[in-house]
Amino acid sequence: MMHQSLFVYSGYRYFKLSMLLIIASVVAYAIHAPVDGPNGGTWLGYTLGGLGAFLILLLMWFGIRKRSYKSSMGKVEGWLSAHVYLGLALIVIATLHAGFQVGWNLHTLAYVLMFIVIFSGIFGVYAYLRYPELMTKNRRGNTLELMLIEMSELDRECREAASQLTDEINKCILESSEKTKIGGSIRQQLSGRPQNCATQAAFNKVTELNKSLPKEMADDASRLMTLLGKKCELVQRACRDVQYKAMMDIWLYFHVPLSFALLAALIAHVVSIFFYW
Amino acid sequence: MADFKIAIVGSGPGGMSAAAHAAELGISHVLLESTDHLSDTIYKYQKGKHVMDEPQVLPLRSPLDFVAGTREHILEVWNTQVAGHNTNVKYNTEVTEISGSKGDFTIKTKSGETITAEFVVMGIGLQGNLRKLGVEGEDLDMVQYQLDDPDEYADETIVVIGAGDAAIENALALTKQNTVIIVNRKDEFSRAKQGNEDGINKAIDTNVIEPYYNSNTVRVEQFDTPLGSGEIGKIVLATKNGEAEVNCHRIIARLGAIAPRRFVQSCGIEFPSDDPAAVPALTNQYESNVSGLYIVGALAGYPLIKSAMNQGYEVIEFIEGNDVEPADEPLLKEKFRKFSARNKNMSVNDVLDMITTNVPLLSGLTTLQLREFMIDSDMRTPAEGEIIFERNDFTNTFYSIVSGEVQVQINPKDPSQRISLSKGAFFGEMSLISGHRRSATILAGRNCVLIETPRRSMNKTISSVESVKRVIDEAFLMRALQAKIAPNTPVEKLQSVISTATLKSFKAGEVLFNEGDEGDSLHLVRVGSLTVSKTVGGKEVVLSYLPAGNYVGEMALFGDSHRSATIRAAVATETICLDGDAFRKLADEDDDVRKRVQEVIDSRKQVNVQMEDNSDSGTIISFLVEQGLGEATDVLLIDESLCVRCDNCEKACAETHYGTSRLDREAGPTFASIHVPTSCRHCEHPHCMQDCPPDAIHRAENGEVYIANNCIGCGNCQRNCPYGVIQMAMVSKKHKSSLVSWLLTGAGLAPGDCNLKKAKQDPDAKKMAVKCDMCKDMPGGPSCVRACPTGAAIRVNPSEFMSVTNLENY
Repeated sequence: MMHQSLFVYSGYRYFKLSMLLIIASVVAYAIHAPVDGPNGGTWLGYTLGGLGAFLILLLMWFGIRKRSYKSSMGKVEGWLSAHVYLGLALIVIATLHAGFQVGWNLHTLAYVLMFIVIFSGIFGVYAYLRYPELMTKNRRGNTLELMLIEMSELDRECREAASQLTDEINKCILESSEKTKIGGSIRQQLSGRPQNCATQAAFNKVTELNKSLPKEMADDASRLMTLLGKKCELVQRACRDVQYKAMMDIWLYFHVPLSFALLAALIAHVVSIFFYW
Repeated sequence: MADFKIAIVGSGPGGMSAAAHAAELGISHVLLESTDHLSDTIYKYQKGKHVMDEPQVLPLRSPLDFVAGTREHILEVWNTQVAGHNTNVKYNTEVTEISGSKGDFTIKTKSGETITAEFVVMGIGLQGNLRKLGVEGEDLDMVQYQLDDPDEYADETIVVIGAGDAAIENALALTKQNTVIIVNRKDEFSRAKQGNEDGINKAIDTNVIEPYYNSNTVRVEQFDTPLGSGEIGKIVLATKNGEAEVNCHRIIARLGAIAPRRFVQSCGIEFPSDDPAAVPALTNQYESNVSGLYIVGALAGYPLIKSAMNQGYEVIEFIEGNDVEPADEPLLKEKFRKFSARNKNMSVNDVLDMITTNVPLLSGLTTLQLREFMIDSDMRTPAEGEIIFERNDFTNTFYSIVSGEVQVQINPKDPSQRISLSKGAFFGEMSLISGHRRSATILAGRNCVLIETPRRSMNKTISSVESVKRVIDEAFLMRALQAKIAPNTPVEKLQSVISTATLKSFKAGEVLFNEGDEGDSLHLVRVGSLTVSKTVGGKEVVLSYLPAGNYVGEMALFGDSHRSATIRAAVATETICLDGDAFRKLADEDDDVRKRVQEVIDSRKQVNVQMEDNSDSGTIISFLVEQGLGEATDVLLIDESLCVRCDNCEKACAETHYGTSRLDREAGPTFASIHVPTSCRHCEHPHCMQDCPPDAIHRAENGEVYIANNCIGCGNCQRNCPYGVIQMAMVSKKHKSSLVSWLLTGAGLAPGDCNLKKAKQDPDAKKMAVKCDMCKDMPGGPSCVRACPTGAAIRVNPSEFMSVTNLENY
């Protein structure tokens, strides 16, 4: 096989490993019957806790490995494959470690943080599965930069087409070229739609004005509308491109900082257990 | 009694060195120079140009120093040393006539002076005078015929005249800060190097440079007062559509130089042919057919500075009656040391004679050519059984057998099946010509002595010595036929097929033959690759891709005189075309041949059926071929349905290569989610290698084409690469801040960030050409692929990748 995605990496190696860990944990949990009920303090609790803590460190090490470009310790793809599957296994392992006990304490804080990190990661997996293909289709072989260049080229053509038309139309065209905005704030990026798009406004306005234009201007006006229509479509595609990229990036702003918070909480959890239990 | 014993005409490296050596020996001499400075050709190099001291291995033998460096530094050293040796230089003395012979030469100058000498050394080079516009206004201040430093001008409108490399290079360099117009007498720039032609066409297509085609200069006028926009004059052009006037600040005409042939002939010197590239025939002591008149430097066929300087020294020694041994003698002695020691201390000349006698291929080389050939080559005496190269290695050196024999393992499955090649034979030409991996493993036999010649020297020899080219082409043909079609047929029988063979070359996209055409010849691909397509439902569908080593047209063998498919060259391709009748006869006589061809036909039919069912694969093949993958050996592809655009591949590349990424992920075309990023494809015949002055671009055993550290940053490879994958970058080897400190404190540069600023501060940093080297020095392979988190980035060998089974699985 020429290539494979991270989900099937090396014949589902890490999926199998995760399943093995999950099944082993569940079976051990089912067999094990401590006197005071399942909790983190039994031998199984410590084992699962140790395993979970080890997994968290391993999963976080992915951030280092990803940037250790000279490292020959496996491919990053393999690491990410392990990261995804072992991260999912952590849901089961950590829950069994806690023995389903939750409370308003530091230990549960670590547990909750872990869940947020994992779920942000699950969103990441979803984004990575969904958006790359949409992005390619939406770009139609162009890059965002080329789309912007094409837009300014359309602007030039619009100005040319409008040169013999009314001042009002020319004002719209000028606004379309100066005030059309791609991207912007995080919210605007994620929306995937142009906000108060000057090009759309110009298009609407020209359509409206077109009805009252003298006959000799009709040709120029219809050419202008075609150009503005093209630009509207391009603006929409560019906004969608920004949206897709933002969707693929946004979750990392939760996933990474929160995993550091998780690490801190985890250290506090472990230290407090060994010193104060 | 003559005025001087030796008169030296021209103060280039050769003449200058001769004069300084004469001065050193106290011989009466004069050095005549037409300009007011030494060595005009080098004086006119672009400002700051790095001048090289090739061939590096050759020792310098001159009273003047010469090491690689900037033009300014070299000229300064020469000026000081020429003065230091009390050399008798007469500047502003243009020689117009040389007459007489040994002992009695009369030299006339433009100013009417007459100088007499016993001997004349001519070192006037080939640059001669720069050709001028030849119209009114050609000598105005605003017209110049060379360009020292393109960065000197800014915000000007500059008209560049000419269609050669110099004109194009100037025009492109000037666009950085100026408005540039180029005037071409013809309608295309095909005279220039490929890289320059592509460069200028791109600049014209993107409106960076405005062209005037089919245009000639009528006159140049300078205004009395500059225009409001600053233009100080205008050029009037005769174009197809009448006269055109262009206002401008400056005109740069690069029209080449007038060869000094007429002057040389007027001195009585004969040229061996009318070929404009021919140089006068000389004795081994550089004496021309006019006795006492010697020629050195470029005019003598020695265009390199160092060899010209050596010649200058030697010519004085020869005039003095000393038979000095050539400067390369010690090098050859060292090369042959091991061999001579075993063979009764043979002298260099004896070894060279032996090579000429034993290796018929090299017998057509002149002594000078053979010496140069041997300096580049290695003399090897491998022990019996030693591996010379292995099948599938990517090396491309060429071997000649001086004595003894080698064993060729012809069957990879059974190493004991061998044939032997003995004294006088050669091998390695298959990889040299096709750019492919080695096709067999070769072991040294008894008493084996080999000459191993690098690709560049061998190609140089092939292109300059006709007999070498002929013999190698024939051998290639015979061996290709044996390997692909008739391994068990005796050589004599193949001869009849080979005698009908012709070499054909095709441009990329050119059709060899169309579906339905009549014809029965067979094409064996020697260089390049082909696509096979058929018309299905009115549309041309690509069925398969055939790399070098395959053949097409085989159906004709079975009486089908109509072509069953259209064959197109995927890239520039050379084929060996065999006559249908001769080939049919061979198949009729030899059942084995018929069986082999039948097998190929059967397997092709199978593929065709598969492909017709799955026309998507065909479209992908044609897309990839359009991207030039037909000449690639290893290419980076990105599956965009998996690529999350994180750019970790680029960061990894930058991090492992001193801060400059050699790939541009986003740039490049996409089709059906296969993206071809801008990154080196490691071509079979790398375009970048074509014109590398220090020979810094090499191919490693695994096929990586890489640029070694002796790169001088000239930019030729960047211009020659049709895929735009080479960049010029400041390379600093200083270490960056650590990853951990960046992760924890944000200090220093983020991974993958370019440390250009640092490189600029680093005095050891050097501007070099950089490109993908497939991370050849890293364990684990290319870092772009290893760093891809989703498995989107893959490296493939196109000839394996573009097969139906692979594309179905893609």
